[in-house]
Amino acid sequence: MQKYDLSKSYVKEVNSNIALETDQLSVFYGKKQATYDISLKIPKHSITALIGASGSGKSTYLRSLNRMNENGNTNVKGKIIYEGIDINSSKVNVYEVRKHIGMVFQEPNPFAKSIRGNITFALKNHGIKDKKVLEERVVSSLKQAAIWDEVKDHLDDSAMSLSGGQKQRLCIARAIAMQPDILLLDEPTSALDPVSTGKIEETLRELKKNYTIIIVTHNIQQASRVSDYTAFMHSGHLLEYNDTNSIFNNPEMQITNDYISGHFG
Amino acid sequence: MNPKSVNRIATTVINSLVGVVVALLVLLISYILVTGLPHMSLDFLLSPSQSYQAGGGIRDQLFNSIYLVILTLIISFPIALGAGIYLAEYAPKNWIVDVIRTLIEVLSSLPSVVVGLFAYLVFVIKFQVGFSIISGAVALTIFNLPLLTRNIEDSIKSVPDFQMQGALALGLSKWTTIIKIIFPSAIPGIITGIILSSGRIFGEAAALIYTSGQSAPVLNYANWNPFSPDSFLNPMRPAETLAVHIWKVNSEGITPDANAISSGASAVLILVIILFNFFAHWIGKKLYKKFTVGEVK
Amino acid sequence: MKNSLKEKFLSPSKQTYQESFGKIISSFCILIIIALVVSILGFVTTKGIDTFTQSKINVFDFLFGNVWSPSSTGANGKPEVGAAPMIVTSFTVTLISAAIATPFAIACAIFMTFIANNRGSRLLRSTIELLVGIPSVIYGYIGLTLVVPLVRSIYGGTGFGILAGAIVLFVMILPTVTSLTVDSIKSVPDYYIKASYGLGATRWQTIYKVVLKISLPGILTAVIFGMTRAFGEALAVQMVIGNSITMPTNLTTPASTLTSQLTTGIGNTIMGTLQNNALWSLALVLLFMSLFFNILIKIIGKRGAAKYES
Repeated sequence: MQKYDLSKSYVKEVNSNIALETDQLSVFYGKKQATYDISLKIPKHSITALIGASGSGKSTYLRSLNRMNENGNTNVKGKIIYEGIDINSSKVNVYEVRKHIGMVFQEPNPFAKSIRGNITFALKNHGIKDKKVLEERVVSSLKQAAIWDEVKDHLDDSAMSLSGGQKQRLCIARAIAMQPDILLLDEPTSALDPVSTGKIEETLRELKKNYTIIIVTHNIQQASRVSDYTAFMHSGHLLEYNDTNSIFNNPEMQITNDYISGHFG
Repeated sequence: MNPKSVNRIATTVINSLVGVVVALLVLLISYILVTGLPHMSLDFLLSPSQSYQAGGGIRDQLFNSIYLVILTLIISFPIALGAGIYLAEYAPKNWIVDVIRTLIEVLSSLPSVVVGLFAYLVFVIKFQVGFSIISGAVALTIFNLPLLTRNIEDSIKSVPDFQMQGALALGLSKWTTIIKIIFPSAIPGIITGIILSSGRIFGEAAALIYTSGQSAPVLNYANWNPFSPDSFLNPMRPAETLAVHIWKVNSEGITPDANAISSGASAVLILVIILFNFFAHWIGKKLYKKFTVGEVK
Repeated sequence: MKNSLKEKFLSPSKQTYQESFGKIISSFCILIIIALVVSILGFVTTKGIDTFTQSKINVFDFLFGNVWSPSSTGANGKPEVGAAPMIVTSFTVTLISAAIATPFAIACAIFMTFIANNRGSRLLRSTIELLVGIPSVIYGYIGLTLVVPLVRSIYGGTGFGILAGAIVLFVMILPTVTSLTVDSIKSVPDYYIKASYGLGATRWQTIYKVVLKISLPGILTAVIFGMTRAFGEALAVQMVIGNSITMPTNLTTPASTLTSQLTTGIGNTIMGTLQNNALWSLALVLLFMSLFFNILIKIIGKRGAAKYES
């Protein structure tokens, strides 16, 4: 593999309607640095894809956005600005952050509860007691996640009996039932078959009308299919950020071109 | 000698050593059951013990053993649960936690007679509680805590981490997640551990001789007031357990039919332990299936 | 709107309190356990050294003295609290029982992993696990009714003594040692075994030169675990050893271990007297030995791990 210059990058300036912004975000696992000074502005009501080879730091970066990196000896430096507040500050209530910025993981991880229980569990903990409100949230979130038709007749069955793709859409429903602003998805389809993947991509396109979505994906085609903006990361550096069309048709950096045409990754 | 004949000789030696062990095991269990079962009549199980005459039963001792197991679990389970959760989910990776783990290992390897003497010194003598079920339960709690804590820690750790991640991402606290999501999934392992430790408590004697005592006062099973001295529920009364009873009739030997009593009681003890074992495995499997419905394909 | 959002972000919520509550509760539980261990170590130590500080008994006289008679005065004008007979007996029964148990345990472990079919090994394994749970009084009772008469009929005398004690302990620790040895042998990576067979080694060569060599630290740990149990066992030994505090000269005359003396003695002495304190000193010796075995296991574990990594 040829050597690339990691000090050069092309980041398009996006200025209108910013949902989330990071300013020089660096993540450290102990002494090891995983991402380097990433500054990025994510536009509202759009899908932004983070692409790059394994170990490029894209998942690490994504997980810091709602402070899921706070275990053990992980250290996140820099600013994450949401609604004018630096939510990376230790003074900020992390539970409140996660209510506004939801997350869906690579491995479908519904709780060992009923389908309904999966959705209402967190809502109840956040103080929603009204049965009618809860039921509304169940219905609307399952509909938005495009799984309602498949499960509406057995909401009280165990979520564990669903197929992998259904489980993942349930997890998306569980996340949007919280009515977040931003939805982070960490390789949400990499454990799924093509049909389920297609359904989830369709769901995402629907969801971006109401949510800002950031998706990490290993699948370059997926990024080109669903996203409006694409950020390319390599070795912990953000190397190129542009609208998806430009990245895929006319990348500014040689390395980006090499990655999307499959020369490495 | 060529390697092949060495191999043959080694196999023969190993097989015969195993044969000896198997013979020992069979001898052990059948001896207890063969000598014990004939004495195990309903009358033996349901009549009180005798100190100086033949024909005594083990009613009170059996009840004391069961009562002690229950009391011990009531005291030790919540502490072990909290400690297990701490070690599994909250403990940072540093030298202090390493020291804590070492201390727990030390506790689990202490001779039970030392644990018993400690409880005797502190509870029976210093706090003047006297020989009582509650002192015995404290001694057994000390003896039981490290194993139960370890079991709970392992069971909680065996729940996949992505369950925790999923809940945290919904803005839930770690504690709520542990109690409401992780703990229910860990229940099968925890229950198995509780049953196995109950078996250990049930058979323990050395820690009890000087804590719950060696006498079994006559109990009134109709008296449900735990504060009344002759109530079977009174935790402040001395209580000889089945295991202590076996030890006592054998080492003091004033009871004329000591042999009959101990063989009967040993058979009861071993049957209970076998029962505990089977029950633990059975319930573990059963609950495991129940909690993982549809997950295994 | 903006301001209220900022306020929400900067103030604690229900979850913050739940989390603090959980941390406090679980830390409290772990503190209880720590307090228990520390107070056991503390109490037994303070009680145990009373013999030396209050009654001014020389530590060496205690450890190496041959006569145990705390209520009578010896030649040097001090009470006789020589614990050597019990210390020697404790070590002797422990070492003998471990020495007999080890080959049997290794044989069983090899049998289960390499020789027996699946069903046979599972049957043997579950029986052995069941035996781990058998209470020690039952071992003592069997020792009393089977082993002691057997020893008596072969060697004469009472039958009580170190031999009977060691046999009972051997049967008692065998399941523990075996099941830990099985774990250690099973943890040998399969590719080593396959590589050895691939080179044309026989089964025994593979077991002896590869498997046992790699699992040696694990087997040692298993044996020490067994010794910890044997050394600390009280009632099973007390029932068959004869409980006579004399320096053992052979294996078939009554003797007394640290634990058996503790069990019989505590009830017959008065708190605070030298007779009683001397017993606590025996408990202290037990405590030290238990710590010593623990450290030994730690060291072996560390060395084994280091060897594996390099």
